Amino acid sequence: MITKNISIANLVDNYIERLRKDFPILSQKAYNKPLIYFDNAATSQKPQVVIDALTKYYSEYNANIHRGVHYLSQKASQAFDDVRIKAQKFINAKTEREIIFTRGTTESINLVASSYGRKNISAGDEIIISAMEHHSNIVPWQMLCEEKNATLKVIPMNDEGELLIDEFEKLLSPKTKFISVVHISNSLGTINPVKKIIQIVRKQSLSLGEGRGEVYIPVMLDGAQSAVHFPVDVQDLDCDFFAFSGHKMFGPTGVGCLFGKLDLLEAMPPYQGGGEMIYSVSFEKTTYNEVPFKFEAGTPNIADVIAFGTAFDYIQSLDRKKIFEYEHELMQYATDELKKIDGIKLIGTAKEKASIVSFIIEGVNALDAGMYLDTLGIAVRTGHHCTEPVMKRFNISGTIRASFLFYNTKEEIDAMIEGVKQAIKLLR
Amino acid sequence: MKTITAIEKEITDEFEIFDEWTEKYQYIIELGQKLPALAEKFKIEENKIKGCQSSVWLNSYEKNGNIYFEADSDSTFVKGEIALLIRVLSGQNPDDIVKTNLKFINDIGLRQHIAVTRANGLSQMIKQMKLYALAYQNS
Repeated sequence: MITKNISIANLVDNYIERLRKDFPILSQKAYNKPLIYFDNAATSQKPQVVIDALTKYYSEYNANIHRGVHYLSQKASQAFDDVRIKAQKFINAKTEREIIFTRGTTESINLVASSYGRKNISAGDEIIISAMEHHSNIVPWQMLCEEKNATLKVIPMNDEGELLIDEFEKLLSPKTKFISVVHISNSLGTINPVKKIIQIVRKQSLSLGEGRGEVYIPVMLDGAQSAVHFPVDVQDLDCDFFAFSGHKMFGPTGVGCLFGKLDLLEAMPPYQGGGEMIYSVSFEKTTYNEVPFKFEAGTPNIADVIAFGTAFDYIQSLDRKKIFEYEHELMQYATDELKKIDGIKLIGTAKEKASIVSFIIEGVNALDAGMYLDTLGIAVRTGHHCTEPVMKRFNISGTIRASFLFYNTKEEIDAMIEGVKQAIKLLR
Repeated sequence: MKTITAIEKEITDEFEIFDEWTEKYQYIIELGQKLPALAEKFKIEENKIKGCQSSVWLNSYEKNGNIYFEADSDSTFVKGEIALLIRVLSGQNPDDIVKTNLKFINDIGLRQHIAVTRANGLSQMIKQMKLYALAYQNS
């Protein structure tokens, strides 16, 4: 096993080293020490091409889009519209009309809860989420349930941080009207069997109709953590909605996508009112623009969407298989090394895991340890990671989380391990 | 009793010898480790200040017109911060506590490390200390 690991590492070493140079921030120092950035699950760093795309837009073709007849507006509109096609291809949606630009995953989920939920959820209905959701995939549904007098059901998980699929099947009932599940847990790293979950839902659609014929239960996936790590194919998954953020996949902050199946989107009422989303307005009656514009009121985040497009290009230019293997390797390496330290407990030990490692140190407060690592120039995240129910499930107040992307190295992990050992000496 | 400003000046001077964040961190941890634990009977919900990542229990009492604080936390770093706050504010007159803007936090370069994280509820703690002072002032 060890020889195999080394050989993969050697294989990708040069490739990784070259890619790392794409990210100017990584050559920076923190407190006069080489910066080690392990907070990638919170936000990824940006390659120079993405940074340049932002500057280029503002210095060369900044204009409001879609209604300007002039040169700059046409140029900006073209660039903006191209990104929708890039996003479509990135997740293999059927048409670019299934892509809605949002501020990020959180807004994407809120849009669905607000628009689909308000129209289709009523008193007594049930919405299913999982025990490892980010607050962003809990609170919008809770708000909807409160408003509609509906009930939120939660798929439980085991001690490894894996969803209990049998229990999920038991939760499905004729009352189930919507399901929203996280693709990769941000605090545990678990890659959920979302395809299987969707297949189960589809298979049961006849029996859940209770003699009324087939019922259709939409399934939404929170893809905030997954989009960056491996190719997502929404047609293959057969999900109804997929939400993801630009900033976690090398794009700018403040921009993200919502994918929705076209027929569902077309049947949904608008989310917000304003410019762009209308077809015609009079004081008596307003008619709405078609999908996706119906859901994009107001001047969009043009610059960031365009730079998001560059992030799509950047990811697509990578050898994604190689990168996934390398990131997995980093996760495995960090896991193995942490396990060797006395008093370390890993939180989230699922068989299928992304490159996120969460742990606690016996007798050492997570915040204190995180701050100690910071003094060494190592950026980790501590706390509940916006997943308080997960912390409650494991009966802890928070974890130390290191999350890796392909620009990280084993040497950096060694530095963190050394840091953890020192922190224990100092703090325990 | 020295004035708040005088104690703040002392602390700022002490921190001058540290060039690096890591040295300041270690010093604050040391202060935290030395801070006497708060009696269990005071570690109750009413005394709890919930930060995003750590909890603080703050108890106060009045003696001869001055206010005394004692506190504890699950984080040693936060305990270190508490030790500094107690050194500055405990035993002071309520008027002075209410009025002070605690310049030393900025001067020793601590603000940048705590402001960004909302992590340890230091500002909540100061607010609570001032609220106690205000309450004693009005009683």
